[in-house]
Amino acid sequence: MTELIENLIGKNGLIFSFLLIGIIMLISSWLSKSLIYNKIPGVAIAIIIGLALAYIGEEKGIASFPIFAGLGLLGGSMLRDFSVVSTAMGADIDKIKAAGLAGIVSLFFGVLIAFLFGSIVAYVFGYNDARSITTIGAGACTYIVGPITGSALNVSSDIIAISIATGVVKTIITTVGTPLVAKAIGLNNPKSAVVFGGLIGTTSGVAAGLAATDPKLVPYGALTATFYTGLGCLLCPSVFYFLVKILMS
Amino acid sequence: MKIYGVALLAFCFLLGKLLGNLLGHLMQINGDVGGVGFAMLFLMLSNSFLKRKGWMEQETEKGILFWSSMYIPIIVAMAATLNVKAALSGGPLALLAGAMATFIAFAFIPLLSKIGNKKQTKKEKE
Repeated sequence: MTELIENLIGKNGLIFSFLLIGIIMLISSWLSKSLIYNKIPGVAIAIIIGLALAYIGEEKGIASFPIFAGLGLLGGSMLRDFSVVSTAMGADIDKIKAAGLAGIVSLFFGVLIAFLFGSIVAYVFGYNDARSITTIGAGACTYIVGPITGSALNVSSDIIAISIATGVVKTIITTVGTPLVAKAIGLNNPKSAVVFGGLIGTTSGVAAGLAATDPKLVPYGALTATFYTGLGCLLCPSVFYFLVKILMS
Repeated sequence: MKIYGVALLAFCFLLGKLLGNLLGHLMQINGDVGGVGFAMLFLMLSNSFLKRKGWMEQETEKGILFWSSMYIPIIVAMAATLNVKAALSGGPLALLAGAMATFIAFAFIPLLSKIGNKKQTKKEKE
């Protein structure tokens, strides 16, 4: 019987993940309504449940277990990007135009400060070669910029692992923290969402954090965040690496 | 038909990704630079074009709106497939660097949102 069920789920992984996520959403919206009187949005609770489940697994989170592999497809980059693009239907072009300049400034500034603070922490922790510092600083941009920079600079895999971990920490803090700090940082309109996307840059964190804060803001944040990783991959192994190299010598 | 909407979304998605990958290739980064952003712009433009022409039917729109309503469940699935263990086992360096980078960025949001506003009001005054 168990073999039969395992077989069935293995063949229909994506369908099984619809059921699972549906149940998680149901539980979390019920918790939000009845237990904490909507103080924390149901979406935020659902995301935290997701992260907790991910902790059970390994590299691919809960999808590391074959029976939950379908979640990897549902939460993978293909469907994620597809649904993020579809949210553009609810975006207002004029509002994006109005925020355009602020968005571009925040992109460059966001990559710069993430790199700067990531590198400083790396230095404080005793790394003093330009390649390692640059790689860890790049990881503070996003978990994609880190390994791309690291392999461009030929650093060892343990440094790359730290840089990926740094990026994932950023994604998780953004996911959980955004709804908590939204009020304090004025994240309640399309323009600040555009700036938020540009400053934070981790597409998954920005998307999840905004979804938990106010789903209407998602398209605005996602629009700028999508350029961040590319910009980081461009700047970190080149300009930033040279600057670090000059500073360290 | 709803599939028209899904097809339009797929077209914008692929075109945007193509442009993003092309840009990445030109910049010599083996990856996608802003593909999702371009795709979103294409979708917004084609949506307003079709609406102006009166060709955007409600059913077509529903095909796209279905996917945007699937967005949050997909994010929950994504959260469940993140490498949370690695993030926590990356040690205090990864935790501190990741946290610093995020909180500093949070702190700058009000400031950068304001810079844009000033310019806007200036333009309005002119």
